[in-house]
Amino acid sequence: MVALADGMMNTQASAKNKGSMKEAPAFFDEMRSADGSIRPAYQKIADWMGRQSRGGMARKQEEAEAIFRRLGITFAVYGDNASNERLIPFDLIPRVIAAQEWRFLERGIEQRVRALNLFLYDIYHRQEIIRAGRIPADLVVGNEAFLPQMMGFDPPGKIYSHIVGTDIVRTGENAFFVLEDNLRTPSGVSYMLEDREAMMHLFPELFAAHRVAPVERYPEMLRQTLESVAPPCCKSDPTLAVLTPGIYNSAYFEHSFLADQMGVELVQGSDLFIENGTLYMRTVSGKERIDVLYRRVDDSYLDPLAFRSDSTLGVPGLFDLYRAGGVTIVNAPGTGIADDKAVYAYVPDIIEFYTGEKPILSNVPTYRCSIADECHHVLDNLSHLVVKEVHGSGGYGMLIGPHATKAQLAEFEKKIKAKPSNYIAQPTLNLSTCPSNVGAGSAPRHVDLRPFVLVGDKIRITPGGLTRVALKKGSLVVNSSQGGGTKDTWVLED
Amino acid sequence: MLGRTAASLYWMSRYIERAENIARLTEVGYRISLTPDIGIGHREDWKSTLIAAGSYEAYLERHSEITSEKVKHFLLFDRDNPSSVRSCLETARNNARAVRTALTREMWEALNSTYIDFASVRPADLGSGKLPEFLDWVRQRSALFRGSMLGTLLRDEGFHFSQLGAFIERADNTARILDVKYYVLLPTNETVGGDIDAFQWETILRSVSAHRSYRHVYKDRYRPWNVAEFLILRPEMPRSFCFCYGWIERSLEGMSDIIGKKTASLTEASSILHDLKTIPMDAIFQSGLHEFLTEFLKRNNSVSAHIANDFHFL
Repeated sequence: MVALADGMMNTQASAKNKGSMKEAPAFFDEMRSADGSIRPAYQKIADWMGRQSRGGMARKQEEAEAIFRRLGITFAVYGDNASNERLIPFDLIPRVIAAQEWRFLERGIEQRVRALNLFLYDIYHRQEIIRAGRIPADLVVGNEAFLPQMMGFDPPGKIYSHIVGTDIVRTGENAFFVLEDNLRTPSGVSYMLEDREAMMHLFPELFAAHRVAPVERYPEMLRQTLESVAPPCCKSDPTLAVLTPGIYNSAYFEHSFLADQMGVELVQGSDLFIENGTLYMRTVSGKERIDVLYRRVDDSYLDPLAFRSDSTLGVPGLFDLYRAGGVTIVNAPGTGIADDKAVYAYVPDIIEFYTGEKPILSNVPTYRCSIADECHHVLDNLSHLVVKEVHGSGGYGMLIGPHATKAQLAEFEKKIKAKPSNYIAQPTLNLSTCPSNVGAGSAPRHVDLRPFVLVGDKIRITPGGLTRVALKKGSLVVNSSQGGGTKDTWVLED
Repeated sequence: MLGRTAASLYWMSRYIERAENIARLTEVGYRISLTPDIGIGHREDWKSTLIAAGSYEAYLERHSEITSEKVKHFLLFDRDNPSSVRSCLETARNNARAVRTALTREMWEALNSTYIDFASVRPADLGSGKLPEFLDWVRQRSALFRGSMLGTLLRDEGFHFSQLGAFIERADNTARILDVKYYVLLPTNETVGGDIDAFQWETILRSVSAHRSYRHVYKDRYRPWNVAEFLILRPEMPRSFCFCYGWIERSLEGMSDIIGKKTASLTEASSILHDLKTIPMDAIFQSGLHEFLTEFLKRNNSVSAHIANDFHFL
């Protein structure tokens, strides 16, 4: 019997809050209702947890780690020289999403992704949304993430962001919020797939007892998506390739994993060259043409002639070739403007403007430090807020007010005052918790969710996604770069 | 297949083969250091081990004297020595990581788990007789990798480049071992047949795990010209020049079929194989064993350079 090691602690944000339990927020527990009863979707999981011995779970945990390490599913942590190849901790207890909950999320995500692609097309063409006064012009065209080179260009299918990882957090029974849209080069899908592999290997009996929606079709769907946006000049079966910065990139495992699963080449900039209006890769027999390039290299490194001239990760002339319709780059350059944290606050307006519908999924309330009133509010309430850099990602350059030291608060105050437009702030979210396997049994830990969306000839959303879990007790930071882990995520079918 | 992928597979296999050969050479060096001094001098033998490993100069750049401990550490663990077993495994794994998609899962797991396990070995733990067990382990891991490859890899480009890397490296290694000791193999040697010589010949054969198979083939005591012939011309000896070039030619023919044209590397490899099949051992001794080996090493390097060029390694 696995004890609920700190089962009653789920009402505490952290040890720091111990003195003020009454004010502490009650976190939404995805397995247990407030009255302690088990929610229907978790019933069999709870029964199963009750049958596991602590030693048995510890052995399974070791087995899981051995599987991941042998497969080389590691990631690099920047600025951590001692062990620059680490495993992302894997949590054995799956996160379960009921069928009707998923249907709701799916509708909301699809609406959002559709609207954001329409927004991208618009701002790189007539900019109707700016003319209509729904979003300030300088927020868009004055934004570092806006790519003037994309103006007037029609990408195949008018799709900009083909591969999306929408970060969603839950704070209550029916309270889901989109935290980030991740429209550039979202990662994590390989963990979703390998977590499922590992779970099926470790606990086949659990799958026999549930109807879990499969995720294994993702690579096939990715392939179909990429093929559907081949450039118009491509008359035969398009040749696809995945472009990686190389083996030292933190997501290299994923790049090679996806190339392998799709059965396409994993290329680096040095493998590619352009000749007579065609992108080629250097092969043992000379060269082979590439039609669609799924790049996992940032915009600024794609082409030294168009962007950063010191980049050796890209291909000289790639951007011109793209604009001439000789190759499709996925995701399109310039999508960063739509998942910019300053633009984020406008996404509900964006959805209404392009779809005429109310947003299905809510935004997290966001204060823009670029606006004087909101900035004041942020500075006055710094210790209650999460402050993010507008262009940052991966949990770097972030302040979590309630957990910050005085010195950190003072440092951020200075930073915000120096460049207000570089920051946004959001209330600390009471992220929901899921039971997680911790050393002394199971205990609730905070989670978020990144479903993976593919946009091509149609929108394909893999049921579930990647659940990230903050394994440190009380922690709300789920980023793997900050010590978070992952869980297999189950969408139950009716 | 990408030229870079081909290059990575080629070098991955070369470095795994090299790790195995270094382990074998170290084992022989270690055996000699345990043998009562019979007048050949242990220092000299570690020196020839270093030369055979192609690491003598690199060693002297870092160490002023040759001692068992220092040589062993240099050959097995030293990151500054690009041919230490540790460096070889790291380079092999980095190459493998760069072309994960071209490897089977079993090949990757064999190599990756070797790398992981090696990282947890502390040189200090290898004292008091544990070294042979460790060296056995290195050879077993290399064998596991090769077995995984032979058992699971499609017989297409990837297989050919892996084979080419392994056999170019192996031919190079056998030639170096012979060259270090060529003088004891010369038939003109006055002391032929003495205990020291017999010991030296056995050393050579042990370095290529051939001291027993020799007896099966020759049914005779160790004779220097037989040892040389065994390692150079015998097509059934899996580390001989002739055997290596048989496979090198086969893989280059396979590649020529795939890309639809005959490459310079194939022409050169075929010519080497033809020479090995037709030249008698007497002729090699007459023109000078050392000269023959030097020439062979040069041609072997040249084939390697041609392969890189023919298949767009860069």
